[in-house]
Amino acid sequence: MSRGAGTRAPLPLALAAGIVVAALLLPLAYLVIRVVGGGRALEILGEASTWRLVWNTVLLAIGVVAASVLVGVPLAWLVTRTDLPARRVWSTAGALPLVIPSYVAAFCLLGFFGERGLLADALGVEHLPDVRGYWGALVALTLATYPYVFLLTQAALRNLDPSLEEVARGLGTSGRRTYIRVIAPALRPAVGLGALLVALYTLSDFGVVSLMNYDTLTRAIYVQYKSLFDRAPAATLALLLAALTAVALVIEYRTRRRGRLYRTGPGAQRPQPIVRLGRWKAPALAFCAAVVGLFLILPAGVLGYWLARGIANEREFQMPWREAFHSLGASGLAAGAAVLAALPVALLALRYPSRTSNMLERLSYAGNALPGLVIALSLVFFAARYASPVYQTLALLVFAYVVRFFPQGLSGVESALERVSPRYEEAARGLGRGPLQTIALVTVPLVRSGVLAGAALVFLSAMKELPATLLLRPIGFETLATEIWKLTQVGAYSRAALPALVLIAVSAPVLYLISSNRRFESGGSG
Amino acid sequence: MKVIAGIVFLVAALAAPGCGGDDGGPLTIYSGREEELVAPLFDMFSEETGIEVEVRYGDSAELAATIAEEGGNSPADLFWAQDPGSLGSIESQLSELPQEILDQIEERFRDSEGRWVGTSGRSRVIVYNTEALSENDVPDSVFDLTDPKWEGRIGIAPTNASFQAFVTAMRLSAGDERTRQWLLDLKKNDPKEYEKNTPIVEAAADGEIDLGLVNHYYLYLVKEEQPDAPIANHFLAAGDPGALVSAAGAGVLESSDQSDDAERFVEFLLSEVGQRFYVEAAEEAEYPLVEGIEPKKGLPPLATLQGPDVDLTSFGAAHEATIELLRETGFLT
Repeated sequence: MSRGAGTRAPLPLALAAGIVVAALLLPLAYLVIRVVGGGRALEILGEASTWRLVWNTVLLAIGVVAASVLVGVPLAWLVTRTDLPARRVWSTAGALPLVIPSYVAAFCLLGFFGERGLLADALGVEHLPDVRGYWGALVALTLATYPYVFLLTQAALRNLDPSLEEVARGLGTSGRRTYIRVIAPALRPAVGLGALLVALYTLSDFGVVSLMNYDTLTRAIYVQYKSLFDRAPAATLALLLAALTAVALVIEYRTRRRGRLYRTGPGAQRPQPIVRLGRWKAPALAFCAAVVGLFLILPAGVLGYWLARGIANEREFQMPWREAFHSLGASGLAAGAAVLAALPVALLALRYPSRTSNMLERLSYAGNALPGLVIALSLVFFAARYASPVYQTLALLVFAYVVRFFPQGLSGVESALERVSPRYEEAARGLGRGPLQTIALVTVPLVRSGVLAGAALVFLSAMKELPATLLLRPIGFETLATEIWKLTQVGAYSRAALPALVLIAVSAPVLYLISSNRRFESGGSG
Repeated sequence: MKVIAGIVFLVAALAAPGCGGDDGGPLTIYSGREEELVAPLFDMFSEETGIEVEVRYGDSAELAATIAEEGGNSPADLFWAQDPGSLGSIESQLSELPQEILDQIEERFRDSEGRWVGTSGRSRVIVYNTEALSENDVPDSVFDLTDPKWEGRIGIAPTNASFQAFVTAMRLSAGDERTRQWLLDLKKNDPKEYEKNTPIVEAAADGEIDLGLVNHYYLYLVKEEQPDAPIANHFLAAGDPGALVSAAGAGVLESSDQSDDAERFVEFLLSEVGQRFYVEAAEEAEYPLVEGIEPKKGLPPLATLQGPDVDLTSFGAAHEATIELLRETGFLT
């Protein structure tokens, strides 16, 4: 596909990508050091309970991925390609759950659907059945992750070349077959990438599985750290988690057929054909309302209720301005740093595809399914020993965010790059520009929109990040996430509701940028 | 260039507060004790001594793991933890405290080798819903909780350090066999499992469970949020493992270059002001450990709380077998 195949990558580019990936592999290196030093790995791998944890984890990841695709893809199609009323509203509201931290979501869902939650109160019943366990974890994690599938699918739908469909229809293909034969394959990379992000998030999440009392590898890793004070078993389980990530990566790679996604013809992009829903309008609206109601209105409502209860009980509230500023600043820096780091990796993988560049790209995902605590401890280990001047500084915190959320930045850069025809670059080369100059003058401006989308995803994740923030922040550097933690730790939910709502409120505009601005998404047409 | 100027400004503004580092300036404390509860104590200390303090808050076990990973380069001068277990896990990195400090605290609440002292005490209790049960209905021994009448009515937090310490106490006082049997019988009663103490007390308040195994002071935190919650604590009979009395504690790091100031902080915690804090200022009613200071009104005196005859210092070493037993009996995976 790419004309770069066969040509050698410029050395500075390859070097930059290599350095980035090496930095991302630090947590894995730490785990290997711990496992080798502990020496109980084989014993742990031989235990039946370990494999039960693996099974539980896989089951949850499959469930959440399936649910996210079932919610995210239809929603994306409805808001981009149909005459659904109030599409802009649904489009923004449908992406908004992404700004709710998953532990807050789980708290809110339990506060509502719990045995003695608000729903039981409202219904006037003694108690409802216990919703915790597999299904509770599945719903809370779906809430937190389906927006990845939704956003990426939506972007792909917007950027489909309508001429593909027109040709199919012109050749007499029926509407349904056009979808199966033309649109579905073109969407597959986006859906697959979204599913991968969902799977990685699910593998690494601790907050939800802990509140929902469902045993996964990540929960077991935390329990090990919290109770055994022996770091080798936790490290062994974490490496197992990394192995599961590798499986997810291979599956995604296999399903990704890198067809040509960029438009070759001249001329401006044209608007997408719109499907008339007709009598399906009511069920479609009901579907959107159900998704938004359960995943956005309900958690926000529960937070609002707690806040109101606190105000009624005359609790003291302080607007967390300083915390909000810290969150925004650190997350903003992380977003910028992550996409800067993603550029060389993406360019190398897509413009100079080779076994090595593909390997580098895949390796950059390796640490992403590790729990935040493991990533934090690995950076504690390396920084305190070998880089003490940066230890517990803002720089290290930002670095930790980049390590945790790199793939989200990468996904944005790559999907934009896939849609930019290499011919533009070839033209620049033909006009006598060097390879690096071409990247700077042609490629980067063309993928600007995708870079911004990737940066926004990293930004939103960093806003919500807790475990690494707690251990690596400079002393006294309070963020909205640590504020929520501090208050829920002592059960002060009514006061924790305020920073949670502020977190949602300040993240929302960023999301609005990615989800509703067309120009933002239509990479390539520049 | 505007962008670069913006980034420089942002970094400068963000890095402005507490860019501390290891310049031997303020005293650095890692606190596993919740900021919401103990923050005023640090201010009081600084005011009294003029020593500046920087506090890193976090979960006790996570901070212990952090100190272990930092090794000799730890910026921390002092570790103040929720439980003896966290302190015990890094005991090799702690220095011995002066005898005057150790002498202020009963032996049962400090490390046998003097590397940490207890700073406040907490008792295991049964929290119960006062609408469902009267105090007479609540058993005086945890061994009675295996009665089938409690089926589905008990709340526990098996992944939480405080529950695990209680099981260790049972093993050390009643033996492994009896503990195993108790755990198996308890499992038959299908107890509800929670993440930690606070949700158990909340569940008892909501009537989701009738009683739960917790530390005594969480009751007061939940009452703070829901003043009318129908809940009360029941203290168990002397010698019962369910009456375990444990302590939050502090230790000074060997790698500290400010160990004098760190020791002054420990002295402050054990001073009249530091100990009265739990009686007067804090909302959660822990026990002062220094003799002569009475606990908050309504609490039985510390001397009457006699848990099982066990040594808190030995808990660290006994912990692994406890986890193993909890796994075997299906409470942990």
